[in-house]
Amino acid sequence: MAYSEKVIDHYNEPRNVGSFEKSDDQVGTGLVGAPECGDVMKLQIKVENEKIVDAKFKTFGCGSAIASSSLATEWVKGKTLDEALAIQNTEIVEELSLPPVKIHCSVLAEDAIKAAIQDYRKRQETSSEPTASA
Amino acid sequence: MKFPIYLDYNATAPTDPRVVEAMMPYFTQTYGNAASRNHQFGWEAEQAVEKARDLLGETIGGGGREIVLTSGATESNNLAILGVADFYKEKGRHIITSPIEHKAVIDPCQALEQRGYDVTFLDVDDDGCISLEQLEKSIRPDTILVSLMAGNNEIGTLNPLEEIGKITRKHGVLFHTDATQAVGKIPLDVEQMNIDLLSFTAHKMYGPKGVGALYVRRKRPRVRLSPIMFGGGHERGMRSGTLNVPGIVGFAKALELCRDEMESEAERQTALRERLHQRLQAELDHIKLNGHPTQRLPNNLNVSFGYVEGESLIMGISDIAVSSGSACTSASLEPSYVLRALGVGDDLAHSSIRFGVGRFTTEEEIDYTADKMIFAVKRLRDMSPLYEMVQEGIDLSTVNWTPH
Repeated sequence: MAYSEKVIDHYNEPRNVGSFEKSDDQVGTGLVGAPECGDVMKLQIKVENEKIVDAKFKTFGCGSAIASSSLATEWVKGKTLDEALAIQNTEIVEELSLPPVKIHCSVLAEDAIKAAIQDYRKRQETSSEPTASA
Repeated sequence: MKFPIYLDYNATAPTDPRVVEAMMPYFTQTYGNAASRNHQFGWEAEQAVEKARDLLGETIGGGGREIVLTSGATESNNLAILGVADFYKEKGRHIITSPIEHKAVIDPCQALEQRGYDVTFLDVDDDGCISLEQLEKSIRPDTILVSLMAGNNEIGTLNPLEEIGKITRKHGVLFHTDATQAVGKIPLDVEQMNIDLLSFTAHKMYGPKGVGALYVRRKRPRVRLSPIMFGGGHERGMRSGTLNVPGIVGFAKALELCRDEMESEAERQTALRERLHQRLQAELDHIKLNGHPTQRLPNNLNVSFGYVEGESLIMGISDIAVSSGSACTSASLEPSYVLRALGVGDDLAHSSIRFGVGRFTTEEEIDYTADKMIFAVKRLRDMSPLYEMVQEGIDLSTVNWTPH
């Protein structure tokens, strides 16, 4: 299968690979997919005043899955949580020129963003402390 | 070193230049139809075919008159299974095979199930081995055929053909083996092993694509087949169609070369395979050999690299040609049915790579491949959430995944 140049670029030079401390109140973690399906994405956001100031990912999956999550971390950085929630998988498909068999990778990346934001918001509700600004 | 490096010899092999040379005159000079009985062109073509037929038959312990020439192993397997099933349908309609056979065996068996035949798929263990006891117990009065491959195309595991042949002969059941991966690579003898039908093909043994053969035993017992293609009644009525004379000549030349070099090549290729495996094992954790550790094809290595996904791994070694799962199914996103049948979890099945070494593989290429694999696996594990979780001591089976 031929990959688009952008997929190859993200695969070779993935942006924002890594992890934040999960227990940090500023951090939201999204873990989506399943090993038996051949892809798992972990996307983490660091939030200050409703704004995503940093993002990291780790992905088990094909080149398109790696590229989709790498791109997602780039896109969410600097956005507010509501802006990030508005990111559609179709935008990822378009940006990376994903073929139809790889559309699920973009869906997974969108799910990962949403899961990370949901996790962050849930943690804010349960934590009695206001968001710590380091 | 020449790039890309070809390590997919279980899929196909380049045609040996010596084979091409042997074929050449049969395109432009001796181009007759081997079935033309009225002139020299036909006689010469027929002579070349008969010579090739003898070599093909004798190399596997049979005779030239027991060779039915086909378009390849897929056709040979179809002819063996469908042909026996139809011819012996009054005797019985039960066939025994295994779940890790090539699709060219499984699919005709399943087609027969649709037509009211009964097919038993034997169990295989973690290494891909069948149980001889289960085989013997599965034979019924209406069993007509046992079809078990010589060497598995994905995981390399060899079946104990001689022991299988003893059982089928004892019970008067025909024994077919798909020996596509094995002929020319390991010693095979249809007499010693009591094989009644044997499929093989030229292109896996450095011959041309599009030509194969089915060995059909002529005596003790005489095996009969209904044809699956009808026409001029070629190949004693079992396979109609004008013979591919250059292909057949090339097929025989290819087998002759494999036969003459078999012992030294098996040894050399086993050493290359082991060298690669040992390097990978020494420098990577969480890797698993698929298939039997010793009872396997000399040229096959199949390894699962835990917590990295196969397709991304192949992308990371883009100057090396290998296969993820089987080349026949890698167009789909489903993990290999062979690995699944062995009980390999879907996660590890997604992480498997098949390396096939061959006549033209060098030690230098193996070392380059090992280095590149180790680098790619480590890099992908650095970005694998699964590997991270395992390092943290999390049992992945306890995680609430979200399958999609």
